[in-house]
Amino acid sequence: MLRIAKLPIAVFALFILVFPWTARQIPAIEHYPDIMVFAGIYCLITIGLSLLMGYAGQISIGHAAFFGIGAYISGILTVNYGMNPWACMGIGMVVTAVVAALVGTPSLKLKGHYLAMATLAFGIIIFIIFNEETQWTGGPDGMSGIPGLSLFGFEFDSVERYYYLVWGVVIAAFIFTANVIQSGTGRALRAIHASESAAGAMGVDVARFKILVFVYSAVLASLAGSFYAHYLNFINPATFDLFFSIKLLIMIALGGMHNIWGAIVGTGLITFLSNEWLQYFEEFEVIVYGAILLFVTVILPEGLAGVPGIVKGWFRR
Amino acid sequence: MSADMEENVLELQGVVMTFGGLMALSDLNFKVRRGMIKAIIGPNGAGKTTLFNVITGSFPPTQGTVTFNGRPIQHLKAHKIADRGISRTFQTVELFGNMTVLENVMLGCYTRIRTSFIASGFVLPRSRRKEKQIRETALKILKFIGLADKFKDSADSLPLGEQKLLEIGRALASEPELICLDEPAAGLNETETHVASSLIKAINAKGTTVLLVEHDMKVVMNISDEILVLNYGRKIAEGPPEDIRNSPMVIEAYLGADA
Repeated sequence: MLRIAKLPIAVFALFILVFPWTARQIPAIEHYPDIMVFAGIYCLITIGLSLLMGYAGQISIGHAAFFGIGAYISGILTVNYGMNPWACMGIGMVVTAVVAALVGTPSLKLKGHYLAMATLAFGIIIFIIFNEETQWTGGPDGMSGIPGLSLFGFEFDSVERYYYLVWGVVIAAFIFTANVIQSGTGRALRAIHASESAAGAMGVDVARFKILVFVYSAVLASLAGSFYAHYLNFINPATFDLFFSIKLLIMIALGGMHNIWGAIVGTGLITFLSNEWLQYFEEFEVIVYGAILLFVTVILPEGLAGVPGIVKGWFRR
Repeated sequence: MSADMEENVLELQGVVMTFGGLMALSDLNFKVRRGMIKAIIGPNGAGKTTLFNVITGSFPPTQGTVTFNGRPIQHLKAHKIADRGISRTFQTVELFGNMTVLENVMLGCYTRIRTSFIASGFVLPRSRRKEKQIRETALKILKFIGLADKFKDSADSLPLGEQKLLEIGRALASEPELICLDEPAAGLNETETHVASSLIKAINAKGTTVLLVEHDMKVVMNISDEILVLNYGRKIAEGPPEDIRNSPMVIEAYLGADA
Protein backbone atom coordinates (compact mmCIF):
# COMPACT_ATOMS: atom_id res chain seq x y z
CA MET A 1 0.00 0.00 0.00
CA LEU A 2 2.74 2.38 0.82
CA ARG A 3 5.66 1.34 -1.32
CA ILE A 4 4.92 2.51 -4.80
CA ALA A 5 6.88 0.02 -6.85
CA LYS A 6 8.69 1.02 -10.02
CA LEU A 7 7.47 -1.95 -12.08
CA PRO A 8 3.76 -1.03 -12.11
CA ILE A 9 4.67 2.52 -13.09
CA ALA A 10 6.73 1.17 -16.01
CA VAL A 11 3.87 -1.10 -17.10
CA PHE A 12 1.44 1.77 -16.80
CA ALA A 13 3.70 4.08 -18.84
CA LEU A 14 4.02 1.39 -21.52
CA PHE A 15 0.25 1.02 -21.66
CA ILE A 16 -0.12 4.78 -22.11
CA LEU A 17 2.51 4.66 -24.84
CA VAL A 18 0.93 1.93 -26.97
CA PHE A 19 -2.74 2.66 -26.29
CA PRO A 20 -3.35 5.11 -29.18
CA TRP A 21 -1.71 2.73 -31.65
CA THR A 22 -3.81 -0.20 -30.38
CA ALA A 23 -7.00 1.84 -30.47
CA ARG A 24 -6.34 2.78 -34.08
CA GLN A 25 -6.38 -0.89 -35.07
CA ILE A 26 -9.87 -1.50 -33.66
CA PRO A 27 -12.62 0.57 -35.27
CA ALA A 28 -14.98 0.25 -32.30
CA ILE A 29 -12.55 2.03 -29.96
CA GLU A 30 -10.89 4.30 -32.50
CA HIS A 31 -12.06 7.39 -30.64
CA TYR A 32 -10.89 6.19 -27.21
CA PRO A 33 -7.67 8.25 -27.21
CA ASP A 34 -9.88 11.35 -27.21
CA ILE A 35 -11.66 10.13 -24.07
CA MET A 36 -8.28 9.24 -22.62
CA VAL A 37 -7.20 12.87 -22.98
CA PHE A 38 -10.11 13.84 -20.71
CA ALA A 39 -9.28 10.97 -18.35
CA GLY A 40 -5.70 12.26 -18.17
CA ILE A 41 -6.86 15.81 -17.44
CA TYR A 42 -9.12 14.53 -14.66
CA CYS A 43 -6.32 12.31 -13.32
CA LEU A 44 -4.24 15.43 -12.71
CA ILE A 45 -6.99 16.65 -10.39
CA THR A 46 -7.62 13.35 -8.64
CA ILE A 47 -3.92 12.64 -7.97
CA GLY A 48 -3.76 15.79 -5.86
CA LEU A 49 -7.20 15.21 -4.37
CA SER A 50 -6.25 11.66 -3.40
CA LEU A 51 -3.22 12.99 -1.51
CA LEU A 52 -5.51 15.46 0.24
CA MET A 53 -8.28 12.99 1.10
CA GLY A 54 -6.56 9.67 1.46
CA TYR A 55 -3.36 10.78 3.10
CA ALA A 56 -4.10 14.08 4.82
CA GLY A 57 -7.71 13.12 5.57
CA GLN A 58 -9.34 16.30 4.32
CA ILE A 59 -12.33 16.54 2.00
CA SER A 60 -12.74 19.21 -0.67
CA ILE A 61 -16.03 19.68 -2.50
CA GLY A 62 -14.70 22.63 -4.45
CA HIS A 63 -12.06 21.30 -6.79
CA ALA A 64 -14.25 21.95 -9.84
CA ALA A 65 -13.74 25.63 -8.98
CA PHE A 66 -9.93 25.38 -9.05
CA PHE A 67 -10.23 23.41 -12.29
CA GLY A 68 -12.41 26.24 -13.61
CA ILE A 69 -10.09 29.01 -12.40
CA GLY A 70 -7.22 27.43 -14.36
CA ALA A 71 -9.40 27.01 -17.45
CA TYR A 72 -10.80 30.57 -17.35
CA ILE A 73 -7.47 32.25 -16.63
CA SER A 74 -5.98 30.42 -19.61
CA GLY A 75 -9.03 31.25 -21.72
CA ILE A 76 -9.32 34.93 -20.80
CA LEU A 77 -5.62 35.75 -20.99
CA THR A 78 -5.05 34.01 -24.32
CA VAL A 79 -8.27 35.13 -26.02
CA ASN A 80 -8.52 38.71 -24.74
CA TYR A 81 -4.86 39.56 -24.29
CA GLY A 82 -3.15 37.21 -26.74
CA MET A 83 -0.73 36.02 -24.09
CA ASN A 84 1.47 32.93 -24.38
CA PRO A 85 -0.58 29.87 -23.29
CA TRP A 86 2.26 28.39 -21.21
CA ALA A 87 2.68 31.67 -19.34
CA CYS A 88 -1.09 31.73 -18.71
CA MET A 89 -0.88 28.20 -17.35
CA GLY A 90 1.75 29.38 -14.87
CA ILE A 91 -0.26 32.46 -13.92
CA GLY A 92 -3.32 30.26 -13.42
CA MET A 93 -1.38 28.00 -11.07
CA VAL A 94 0.02 30.90 -9.05
CA VAL A 95 -3.39 32.59 -8.74
CA THR A 96 -5.01 29.30 -7.76
CA ALA A 97 -2.33 28.70 -5.12
CA VAL A 98 -3.05 32.09 -3.56
CA VAL A 99 -6.82 31.59 -3.70
CA ALA A 100 -6.55 28.07 -2.24
CA ALA A 101 -4.36 29.34 0.60
CA LEU A 102 -6.92 32.06 1.36
CA VAL A 103 -9.84 29.62 1.30
CA GLY A 104 -8.04 26.80 3.07
CA THR A 105 -6.15 28.56 5.84
CA PRO A 106 -9.02 29.54 8.13
CA SER A 107 -10.79 26.19 7.86
CA LEU A 108 -7.69 24.00 8.00
CA LYS A 109 -6.55 25.60 11.24
CA LEU A 110 -9.60 24.02 12.84
CA LYS A 111 -10.05 20.34 13.54
CA GLY A 112 -12.88 18.55 11.76
CA HIS A 113 -14.46 18.77 8.35
CA TYR A 114 -14.66 22.53 8.00
CA LEU A 115 -12.76 22.38 4.73
CA ALA A 116 -15.64 20.48 3.11
CA MET A 117 -18.03 23.29 4.10
CA ALA A 118 -15.72 26.09 3.03
CA THR A 119 -14.92 24.50 -0.35
CA LEU A 120 -18.58 23.72 -0.99
CA ALA A 121 -19.46 27.38 -0.56
CA PHE A 122 -16.40 28.47 -2.50
CA GLY A 123 -17.29 26.19 -5.44
CA ILE A 124 -20.79 27.65 -5.64
CA ILE A 125 -19.48 31.24 -5.50
CA ILE A 126 -16.95 30.62 -8.27
CA PHE A 127 -19.62 28.93 -10.39
CA ILE A 128 -21.82 32.01 -10.04
CA ILE A 129 -18.91 34.26 -11.01
CA PHE A 130 -18.28 32.21 -14.17
CA ASN A 131 -21.95 32.63 -15.08
CA GLU A 132 -22.39 36.28 -14.21
CA GLU A 133 -19.16 38.04 -15.14
CA THR A 134 -20.23 37.98 -18.76
CA GLN A 135 -17.75 40.54 -20.08
CA TRP A 136 -14.86 38.32 -18.93
CA THR A 137 -16.20 34.79 -19.12
CA GLY A 138 -18.87 35.00 -21.77
CA GLY A 139 -21.44 33.98 -19.16
CA PRO A 140 -23.47 30.77 -19.54
CA ASP A 141 -22.68 30.67 -23.28
CA GLY A 142 -19.03 30.21 -22.46
CA MET A 143 -16.01 31.43 -24.39
CA SER A 144 -14.58 30.05 -27.59
CA GLY A 145 -11.52 30.60 -29.74
CA ILE A 146 -9.04 29.47 -27.09
CA PRO A 147 -5.84 28.59 -28.99
CA GLY A 148 -4.23 25.15 -28.99
CA LEU A 149 -0.81 24.49 -27.50
CA SER A 150 2.52 24.46 -29.25
CA LEU A 151 6.10 24.15 -28.02
CA PHE A 152 9.09 25.43 -30.01
CA GLY A 153 7.05 25.29 -33.20
CA PHE A 154 5.69 21.82 -32.47
CA GLU A 155 1.89 21.98 -32.54
CA PHE A 156 -0.12 19.73 -30.25
CA ASP A 157 -2.86 19.85 -32.82
CA SER A 158 -3.96 16.22 -33.08
CA VAL A 159 -5.68 14.07 -30.47
CA GLU A 160 -2.66 11.81 -30.26
CA ARG A 161 -0.16 14.60 -29.78
CA TYR A 162 -2.29 16.15 -27.06
CA TYR A 163 -2.77 12.70 -25.53
CA TYR A 164 0.97 12.23 -25.12
CA LEU A 165 1.41 15.75 -23.75
CA VAL A 166 -1.30 15.33 -21.11
CA TRP A 167 -0.31 11.82 -20.07
CA GLY A 168 3.35 12.82 -19.90
CA VAL A 169 2.36 15.48 -17.37
CA VAL A 170 0.10 13.02 -15.52
CA ILE A 171 2.93 10.51 -15.13
CA ALA A 172 5.29 13.24 -13.93
CA ALA A 173 2.70 14.42 -11.37
CA PHE A 174 2.06 10.83 -10.34
CA ILE A 175 5.74 10.12 -9.72
CA PHE A 176 6.23 13.40 -7.85
CA THR A 177 3.24 12.68 -5.62
CA ALA A 178 4.29 9.06 -5.07
CA ASN A 179 7.72 10.30 -3.98
CA VAL A 180 6.15 12.69 -1.51
CA ILE A 181 4.00 9.90 -0.08
CA GLN A 182 7.01 7.65 0.42
CA SER A 183 9.09 10.34 2.10
CA GLY A 184 9.13 11.82 5.56
CA THR A 185 6.56 14.31 4.35
CA GLY A 186 4.19 11.46 3.44
CA ARG A 187 4.80 9.93 6.84
CA ALA A 188 3.86 13.23 8.48
CA LEU A 189 0.67 13.33 6.40
CA ARG A 190 -0.35 9.83 7.40
CA ALA A 191 0.42 10.71 11.01
CA ILE A 192 -1.95 13.68 10.79
CA HIS A 193 -4.60 11.35 9.38
CA ALA A 194 -4.18 8.94 12.30
CA SER A 195 -3.91 11.41 15.20
CA GLU A 196 -3.55 15.15 14.90
CA SER A 197 -2.62 15.59 18.55
CA ALA A 198 0.10 12.93 18.43
CA ALA A 199 1.46 14.31 15.15
CA GLY A 200 1.61 17.78 16.71
CA ALA A 201 3.34 16.44 19.81
CA MET A 202 5.98 14.88 17.54
CA GLY A 203 6.74 18.25 15.96
CA VAL A 204 4.55 18.06 12.85
CA ASP A 205 2.98 21.43 12.03
CA VAL A 206 -0.47 20.01 11.36
CA ALA A 207 -2.15 23.15 10.01
CA ARG A 208 0.75 24.01 7.71
CA PHE A 209 0.80 20.53 6.16
CA LYS A 210 -2.93 20.48 5.55
CA ILE A 211 -2.75 23.87 3.85
CA LEU A 212 0.28 22.80 1.80
CA VAL A 213 -1.42 19.68 0.47
CA PHE A 214 -4.64 21.55 -0.20
CA VAL A 215 -2.75 24.18 -2.19
CA TYR A 216 -0.81 21.50 -4.08
CA SER A 217 -4.01 19.70 -5.05
CA ALA A 218 -5.63 22.99 -6.11
CA VAL A 219 -2.61 23.88 -8.28
CA LEU A 220 -2.80 20.51 -10.04
CA ALA A 221 -6.52 21.11 -10.66
CA SER A 222 -5.72 24.52 -12.13
CA LEU A 223 -3.11 22.97 -14.44
CA ALA A 224 -5.72 20.42 -15.52
CA GLY A 225 -8.12 23.28 -16.24
CA SER A 226 -5.61 24.97 -18.53
CA PHE A 227 -5.04 21.73 -20.44
CA TYR A 228 -8.80 21.31 -20.72
CA ALA A 229 -9.28 24.81 -22.15
CA HIS A 230 -6.52 24.46 -24.72
CA TYR A 231 -7.73 21.03 -25.79
CA LEU A 232 -11.42 21.83 -26.29
CA ASN A 233 -10.73 25.45 -27.38
CA PHE A 234 -14.05 26.23 -25.67
CA ILE A 235 -15.20 26.42 -22.06
CA ASN A 236 -18.50 27.13 -20.36
CA PRO A 237 -19.47 27.23 -16.68
CA ALA A 238 -21.48 23.98 -16.72
CA THR A 239 -18.23 21.98 -16.78
CA PHE A 240 -17.19 23.43 -13.44
CA ASP A 241 -20.35 22.97 -11.40
CA LEU A 242 -20.85 21.32 -8.03
CA PHE A 243 -21.70 18.00 -9.64
CA PHE A 244 -18.25 17.82 -11.21
CA SER A 245 -16.67 18.27 -7.76
CA ILE A 246 -18.77 15.38 -6.52
CA LYS A 247 -17.85 13.29 -9.56
CA LEU A 248 -14.20 13.78 -8.64
CA LEU A 249 -14.94 12.40 -5.17
CA ILE A 250 -16.72 9.40 -6.72
CA MET A 251 -13.67 8.75 -8.92
CA ILE A 252 -11.44 8.65 -5.85
CA ALA A 253 -13.88 6.61 -3.77
CA LEU A 254 -14.26 4.05 -6.57
CA GLY A 255 -10.52 3.71 -7.04
CA GLY A 256 -9.72 3.71 -3.34
CA MET A 257 -8.68 6.85 -1.55
CA HIS A 258 -5.81 5.38 0.44
CA ASN A 259 -3.95 4.45 -2.69
CA ILE A 260 -2.74 6.84 -5.31
CA TRP A 261 -3.21 4.15 -7.97
CA GLY A 262 -6.87 4.22 -7.04
CA ALA A 263 -7.09 7.80 -8.31
CA ILE A 264 -5.88 6.72 -11.76
CA VAL A 265 -8.12 3.63 -12.01
CA GLY A 266 -11.24 5.33 -10.62
CA THR A 267 -10.79 8.38 -12.83
CA GLY A 268 -10.29 6.26 -15.94
CA LEU A 269 -13.41 4.20 -15.24
CA ILE A 270 -15.69 7.11 -14.39
CA THR A 271 -14.49 9.12 -17.39
CA PHE A 272 -15.28 6.26 -19.75
CA LEU A 273 -18.61 5.68 -18.02
CA SER A 274 -19.70 9.27 -18.38
CA ASN A 275 -18.25 10.00 -21.83
CA GLU A 276 -19.08 6.70 -23.46
CA TRP A 277 -20.68 3.79 -21.69
CA LEU A 278 -23.45 5.63 -19.88
CA GLN A 279 -24.62 7.76 -22.82
CA TYR A 280 -27.59 5.38 -23.10
CA PHE A 281 -28.84 6.37 -19.63
CA GLU A 282 -28.94 10.08 -20.45
CA GLU A 283 -30.06 12.02 -17.37
CA PHE A 284 -30.45 8.83 -15.35
CA GLU A 285 -26.67 8.67 -15.38
CA VAL A 286 -26.73 10.27 -11.94
CA ILE A 287 -28.47 7.21 -10.52
CA VAL A 288 -25.63 5.01 -11.73
CA TYR A 289 -23.10 7.24 -9.95
CA GLY A 290 -25.18 7.05 -6.81
CA ALA A 291 -25.29 3.27 -7.07
CA ILE A 292 -21.51 3.13 -7.58
CA LEU A 293 -20.88 5.32 -4.55
CA LEU A 294 -23.26 3.25 -2.43
CA PHE A 295 -21.75 -0.02 -3.57
CA VAL A 296 -18.19 1.12 -2.92
CA THR A 297 -18.96 2.59 0.49
CA VAL A 298 -20.78 -0.51 1.72
CA ILE A 299 -19.00 -3.40 -0.04
CA LEU A 300 -15.58 -2.03 -0.99
CA PRO A 301 -14.54 0.66 1.46
CA GLU A 302 -10.98 0.41 0.18
CA GLY A 303 -12.20 0.91 -3.39
CA LEU A 304 -10.92 -1.07 -6.35
CA ALA A 305 -7.40 -0.69 -4.98
CA GLY A 306 -8.52 -2.91 -2.10
CA VAL A 307 -9.59 -5.76 -4.38
CA PRO A 308 -6.13 -7.37 -4.74
CA GLY A 309 -5.92 -7.57 -0.95
CA ILE A 310 -9.36 -9.20 -0.71
CA VAL A 311 -8.47 -11.75 -3.41
CA LYS A 312 -5.18 -12.53 -1.65
CA GLY A 313 -7.19 -13.09 1.52
CA TRP A 314 -9.33 -15.73 -0.26
CA PHE A 315 -6.28 -17.65 -1.36
CA ARG A 316 -4.72 -17.63 2.07
CA ARG A 317 -7.78 -19.36 3.51
CA MET B 1 23.49 22.79 24.68
CA SER B 2 23.35 26.44 25.46
CA ALA B 3 21.05 25.96 28.41
CA ASP B 4 23.36 23.81 30.50
CA MET B 5 23.59 26.55 33.07
CA GLU B 6 19.88 26.27 33.80
CA GLU B 7 19.51 24.03 36.78
CA ASN B 8 15.79 23.65 36.20
CA VAL B 9 14.68 22.31 32.86
CA LEU B 10 11.08 23.27 33.47
CA GLU B 11 9.48 25.84 35.71
CA LEU B 12 5.79 26.66 36.11
CA GLN B 13 4.74 29.93 37.72
CA GLY B 14 1.18 30.78 38.66
CA VAL B 15 -0.34 28.47 36.05
CA VAL B 16 -4.12 28.62 35.93
CA MET B 17 -6.28 26.64 33.54
CA THR B 18 -10.03 27.11 33.43
CA PHE B 19 -12.56 25.46 31.17
CA GLY B 20 -15.65 27.63 31.30
CA GLY B 21 -16.38 27.84 35.02
CA LEU B 22 -14.29 24.80 35.92
CA MET B 23 -10.88 25.49 37.38
CA ALA B 24 -8.72 22.54 36.30
CA LEU B 25 -5.44 24.03 37.52
CA SER B 26 -5.18 26.83 40.03
CA ASP B 27 -2.07 28.85 40.74
CA LEU B 28 0.35 26.02 40.18
CA ASN B 29 4.06 26.57 40.86
CA PHE B 30 6.78 23.95 40.62
CA LYS B 31 10.19 23.24 39.14
CA VAL B 32 11.71 20.20 37.48
CA ARG B 33 15.45 19.85 38.07
CA ARG B 34 17.60 18.71 35.17
CA GLY B 35 18.22 14.97 35.12
CA MET B 36 15.59 13.96 37.67
CA ILE B 37 12.53 11.74 37.49
CA LYS B 38 9.59 13.69 38.83
CA ALA B 39 6.21 12.06 39.28
CA ILE B 40 2.86 13.81 39.41
CA ILE B 41 0.19 11.95 41.33
CA GLY B 42 -3.30 12.70 42.53
CA PRO B 43 -6.82 11.32 42.48
CA ASN B 44 -8.78 11.13 39.22
CA GLY B 45 -9.73 14.55 37.96
CA ALA B 46 -6.92 16.26 39.89
CA GLY B 47 -5.69 17.93 36.70
CA LYS B 48 -2.66 15.77 35.90
CA THR B 49 -3.36 15.27 32.20
CA THR B 50 -4.48 18.91 31.88
CA LEU B 51 -1.11 19.87 33.30
CA PHE B 52 0.64 17.76 30.64
CA ASN B 53 -1.49 19.30 27.93
CA VAL B 54 -0.54 22.77 29.12
CA ILE B 55 3.18 21.96 29.28
CA THR B 56 3.22 20.34 25.82
CA GLY B 57 1.12 23.02 24.16
CA SER B 58 -2.14 21.19 23.47
CA PHE B 59 -3.74 24.33 24.83
CA PRO B 60 -2.27 27.49 26.35
CA PRO B 61 -2.82 28.14 30.06
CA THR B 62 -5.41 30.72 31.03
CA GLN B 63 -2.77 32.45 33.16
CA GLY B 64 0.81 31.96 34.24
CA THR B 65 4.10 31.07 32.62
CA VAL B 66 5.75 27.82 31.63
CA THR B 67 9.51 28.22 31.27
CA PHE B 68 11.62 25.63 29.48
CA ASN B 69 15.40 26.05 29.57
CA GLY B 70 14.91 29.60 30.76
CA ARG B 71 12.56 30.63 27.96
CA PRO B 72 8.78 31.02 28.16
CA ILE B 73 6.89 28.46 26.06
CA GLN B 74 3.30 28.78 27.25
CA HIS B 75 2.25 30.68 24.11
CA LEU B 76 3.76 28.16 21.68
CA LYS B 77 1.89 25.56 19.58
CA ALA B 78 2.52 21.88 20.32
CA HIS B 79 4.85 21.32 17.36
CA LYS B 80 7.02 24.30 18.36
CA ILE B 81 7.33 22.97 21.89
CA ALA B 82 8.32 19.59 20.46
CA ASP B 83 11.00 21.40 18.44
CA ARG B 84 12.33 22.98 21.64
CA GLY B 85 12.90 19.55 23.17
CA ILE B 86 9.82 18.36 25.07
CA SER B 87 8.30 15.09 23.97
CA ARG B 88 5.36 13.18 25.37
CA THR B 89 3.21 10.07 25.42
CA PHE B 90 -0.55 9.92 25.85
CA GLN B 91 -2.76 8.43 28.52
CA THR B 92 -4.90 6.72 25.90
CA VAL B 93 -2.37 5.38 23.43
CA GLU B 94 -2.16 7.68 20.40
CA LEU B 95 -0.01 5.68 18.02
CA PHE B 96 -0.27 6.03 14.27
CA GLY B 97 -2.20 2.80 13.74
CA ASN B 98 -2.00 3.11 9.97
CA MET B 99 1.80 2.80 10.12
CA THR B 100 4.31 0.15 11.03
CA VAL B 101 6.19 0.03 14.31
CA LEU B 102 9.31 1.33 12.56
CA GLU B 103 7.46 4.16 10.82
CA ASN B 104 6.01 5.32 14.13
CA VAL B 105 9.50 5.75 15.55
CA MET B 106 10.75 7.24 12.28
CA LEU B 107 8.10 9.91 12.57
CA GLY B 108 9.42 10.63 16.04
CA CYS B 109 12.67 11.81 14.40
CA TYR B 110 10.70 14.54 12.67
CA THR B 111 11.82 17.33 14.99
CA ARG B 112 15.48 16.71 14.14
CA ILE B 113 15.57 15.59 10.52
CA ARG B 114 13.01 16.67 7.96
CA THR B 115 12.76 17.20 4.23
CA SER B 116 10.68 19.76 2.38
CA PHE B 117 7.67 18.88 0.24
CA ILE B 118 9.51 19.81 -2.96
CA ALA B 119 12.74 18.00 -2.03
CA SER B 120 10.82 14.82 -1.22
CA GLY B 121 8.81 15.02 -4.45
CA PHE B 122 11.95 15.15 -6.56
CA VAL B 123 13.79 12.61 -4.33
CA LEU B 124 16.91 14.73 -4.10
CA PRO B 125 19.96 12.76 -2.97
CA ARG B 126 19.97 14.82 0.20
CA SER B 127 16.48 13.68 1.12
CA ARG B 128 17.38 10.06 0.39
CA ARG B 129 20.38 10.33 2.73
CA LYS B 130 18.21 11.83 5.42
CA GLU B 131 15.67 9.04 5.05
CA LYS B 132 18.41 6.45 5.55
CA GLN B 133 19.68 8.26 8.62
CA ILE B 134 16.16 8.40 10.08
CA ARG B 135 15.71 4.68 9.50
CA GLU B 136 18.96 3.80 11.26
CA THR B 137 18.16 6.01 14.25
CA ALA B 138 14.69 4.47 14.51
CA LEU B 139 16.05 0.92 14.39
CA LYS B 140 18.50 1.76 17.19
CA ILE B 141 15.64 3.04 19.34
CA LEU B 142 13.56 -0.07 18.62
CA LYS B 143 16.48 -2.15 19.87
CA PHE B 144 16.68 0.00 23.00
CA ILE B 145 12.98 -0.47 23.81
CA GLY B 146 13.08 -4.15 22.84
CA LEU B 147 10.76 -4.09 19.83
CA ALA B 148 13.38 -4.51 17.11
CA ASP B 149 12.00 -7.84 15.87
CA LYS B 150 8.52 -6.35 15.40
CA PHE B 151 9.60 -3.39 13.27
CA LYS B 152 7.50 -4.47 10.30
CA ASP B 153 4.28 -5.08 12.24
CA SER B 154 1.42 -2.64 12.14
CA ALA B 155 1.40 -0.52 15.30
CA ASP B 156 -2.25 -1.49 15.81
CA SER B 157 -1.41 -5.18 16.03
CA LEU B 158 0.79 -4.88 19.16
CA PRO B 159 -0.56 -5.79 22.61
CA LEU B 160 -1.18 -2.80 24.87
CA GLY B 161 2.06 -3.24 26.83
CA GLU B 162 4.13 -3.02 23.68
CA GLN B 163 2.06 -0.15 22.32
CA LYS B 164 2.94 1.79 25.47
CA LEU B 165 6.64 1.00 24.96
CA LEU B 166 6.40 2.01 21.32
CA GLU B 167 4.89 5.34 22.29
CA ILE B 168 7.84 5.93 24.60
CA GLY B 169 10.18 4.94 21.76
CA ARG B 170 8.49 7.37 19.39
CA ALA B 171 8.87 10.14 21.97
CA LEU B 172 12.55 9.26 22.47
CA ALA B 173 13.26 9.49 18.75
CA SER B 174 13.14 13.27 18.99
CA GLU B 175 15.99 13.08 21.55
CA PRO B 176 14.06 15.27 23.98
CA GLU B 177 15.59 17.00 26.98
CA LEU B 178 12.35 16.45 28.84
CA ILE B 179 10.01 13.52 28.27
CA CYS B 180 6.48 13.62 29.67
CA LEU B 181 4.99 10.18 30.21
CA ASP B 182 1.24 10.05 30.83
CA GLU B 183 0.46 6.88 32.78
CA PRO B 184 3.02 4.59 31.14
CA ALA B 185 1.98 1.66 33.34
CA ALA B 186 -1.82 2.00 33.07
CA GLY B 187 -3.44 -1.23 31.94
CA LEU B 188 -0.20 -3.20 32.09
CA ASN B 189 0.31 -6.49 33.94
CA GLU B 190 3.07 -6.92 36.51
CA THR B 191 5.75 -8.09 34.08
CA GLU B 192 4.95 -5.34 31.59
CA THR B 193 4.96 -2.77 34.37
CA HIS B 194 8.39 -3.96 35.42
CA VAL B 195 9.67 -3.63 31.83
CA ALA B 196 8.20 -0.14 31.59
CA SER B 197 9.76 1.08 34.83
CA SER B 198 13.21 -0.25 33.97
CA LEU B 199 12.90 1.44 30.59
CA ILE B 200 12.06 4.75 32.25
CA LYS B 201 15.10 4.39 34.53
CA ALA B 202 17.29 3.57 31.53
CA ILE B 203 16.03 6.67 29.69
CA ASN B 204 16.78 8.79 32.74
CA ALA B 205 20.23 7.25 33.09
CA LYS B 206 21.01 8.52 29.59
CA GLY B 207 20.46 12.07 30.82
CA THR B 208 16.85 12.73 29.85
CA THR B 209 14.70 14.46 32.44
CA VAL B 210 11.46 12.56 33.04
CA LEU B 211 8.10 13.98 34.09
CA LEU B 212 5.66 11.23 34.88
CA VAL B 213 1.96 10.93 35.62
CA GLU B 214 1.21 7.57 37.14
CA HIS B 215 -1.36 5.83 39.34
CA ASP B 216 0.72 2.75 40.10
CA MET B 217 2.23 3.75 43.47
CA LYS B 218 4.81 0.99 43.39
CA VAL B 219 6.21 2.38 40.16
CA VAL B 220 6.07 5.95 41.42
CA MET B 221 7.75 5.22 44.75
CA ASN B 222 10.43 3.08 43.13
CA ILE B 223 11.65 5.28 40.37
CA SER B 224 10.88 8.91 41.26
CA ASP B 225 13.34 11.34 42.77
CA GLU B 226 10.54 13.72 43.63
CA ILE B 227 6.77 13.60 43.73
CA LEU B 228 4.22 16.36 43.22
CA VAL B 229 0.71 15.71 44.52
CA LEU B 230 -2.27 17.43 42.92
CA ASN B 231 -5.82 17.56 44.18
CA TYR B 232 -8.57 19.63 42.52
CA GLY B 233 -5.95 21.39 40.43
CA ARG B 234 -3.91 22.51 43.44
CA LYS B 235 -0.52 21.37 44.64
CA ILE B 236 -1.06 19.77 48.06
CA ALA B 237 2.40 18.28 48.57
CA GLU B 238 5.80 18.08 46.93
CA GLY B 239 8.95 16.24 47.96
CA PRO B 240 10.91 13.00 47.93
CA PRO B 241 8.88 9.72 47.92
CA GLU B 242 9.41 8.94 51.63
CA ASP B 243 7.96 12.33 52.67
CA ILE B 244 4.96 11.95 50.39
CA ARG B 245 4.23 8.43 51.61
CA ASN B 246 3.73 9.75 55.16
CA SER B 247 2.06 13.07 54.38
CA PRO B 248 -1.33 13.27 56.11
CA MET B 249 -2.69 15.59 53.40
CA VAL B 250 -1.91 13.06 50.70
CA ILE B 251 -3.51 10.23 52.61
CA GLU B 252 -6.57 12.38 53.15
CA ALA B 253 -6.81 13.29 49.48
CA TYR B 254 -6.66 9.68 48.43
CA LEU B 255 -8.71 8.00 51.12
CA GLY B 256 -10.96 10.75 52.45
CA ALA B 257 -10.81 12.64 55.75
CA ASP B 258 -12.02 9.79 57.94
CA ALA B 259 -9.36 7.29 56.99
